[in-house]
Amino acid sequence: MYKITRSPWVMHYDGSSCNGCDIEVLACLTPVYDAERFGIINTGDPMQADILLITGSINTQNAPVVKQIYSQMSDPKVVVAVGVCACTGGVFKDCYNILGGADQVIPVDVYVPGCAARPQAIIDGIVKGIGVFQERLEKLENGTLKQEEKEDTEEKKEED
Amino acid sequence: MDEMTIKMIIAICYVVFAPLIGGLLDGIGRQISARMQRRVGPPLLQPFYDLGKLLHKDPIHVSPSQNFLMLTYLFFVILTGGMIFLGMDLLLAMFLLSTAVMFLYFAAVVTGSHYSAIGAGRELLQMVAYEPCVLLTCVAFYVVSGSFETADIISGNISPIAYMPGVFVAFVFILTIKMRKSPFDISTSHHPNQEIVKGITSEIGAKNLAVYTLAEWYETVFLMGMVAMFVINKNPWSILAAVLTAFVVYFLEILIDNSSARVKSELMIKLSWTVTLVAAGGNLLVLMFMFG
Ligand code: SF4
Repeated sequence: MYKITRSPWVMHYDGSSCNGCDIEVLACLTPVYDAERFGIINTGDPMQADILLITGSINTQNAPVVKQIYSQMSDPKVVVAVGVCACTGGVFKDCYNILGGADQVIPVDVYVPGCAARPQAIIDGIVKGIGVFQERLEKLENGTLKQEEKEDTEEKKEED
Repeated sequence: MDEMTIKMIIAICYVVFAPLIGGLLDGIGRQISARMQRRVGPPLLQPFYDLGKLLHKDPIHVSPSQNFLMLTYLFFVILTGGMIFLGMDLLLAMFLLSTAVMFLYFAAVVTGSHYSAIGAGRELLQMVAYEPCVLLTCVAFYVVSGSFETADIISGNISPIAYMPGVFVAFVFILTIKMRKSPFDISTSHHPNQEIVKGITSEIGAKNLAVYTLAEWYETVFLMGMVAMFVINKNPWSILAAVLTAFVVYFLEILIDNSSARVKSELMIKLSWTVTLVAAGGNLLVLMFMFG
């Protein structure tokens, strides 16, 4: 079994946001917060990423995009919702085209609150996500993850 | 020991140790970059952690032919370095390297992604920019040592750099292009928040990115080997000077990488051709008069 703890790669997707949280995500990579010292790298390819970082809420147009990015990531994978927009829909919640937070379309593992979420909180969220990832990896190798995922998707289908 | 066994040992050492040295150089480079930006930076062994993780990820491919293309790319890159370190024909090695880049190009365009297609196109432009200088370097080595074989080039009485300082300057200049460092990182970038995401490596997936990284490490090692070739002569002590020169050049590349912003591709070609023509071409003319 390998350890991702040392090299968590992040894929960042920006939904319906005010861009406040996106700036904070980028701030994590600047010399002040230096996320790279934990081996965190922002990658542009979902196939290379371990953690999906979502900022902003989900609307009718970006819902299929988010689903596709999620499906292009290989198992195990973790989703971190950054900012209240990605958690619940936030200030955009009542808009006509908004479906809500990221958990409306994909399973979210870590919710990072804040408007905008502070860089410290974002890094903390990613570190929490790494823990979830490692747990899931162990399950995947024992063969127990698939079962849980199945139950997850069945639940989703029933909701639909 | 006969010559054959020695060559076998060199070949095995190269295949085993080149990625270790390349990975360490990469780690050192990332640390130096971080210090230049007043950051702590990742641990020294970070490139190896990344490689290990990428190799373990479940493979998802956009196109099945991509694996084959990437592995062929790696194979040709390893072969190029092998030829250089085994003292074989330098010109042939450089042609092999161009062939390798073609496979990388195809691996990027089969994905159908616009970003990797643009990156691939730009990779060809980079090749156009550095190839004339690479050829002139080979020719200059031939004029000085009377042979294209690297074994003969490094056994002269005087280091080749004494005759060809201009060629050396041009070679170090195009090294920035070859190693895809800023300001000439136009086919790929270190960070994906840019106009072409990650360019040529945007869509190659986890396992293939590992293959690409490995190839890059081999490439770094034999390119530094070529830098060393300028300095090595009959005297064994010159090897020490050569290693030092290679380190200085590597540090210079990182310094340039950190202190410049990406230029447009036209400017890159104009700059590299001008430097090639003036420094390498001028040097070669003088050499031809001297040895002609
Ligand atoms: S949580 Fe606040 S800062 Fe972040 S995207 Fe939403 S509105 Fe902007």
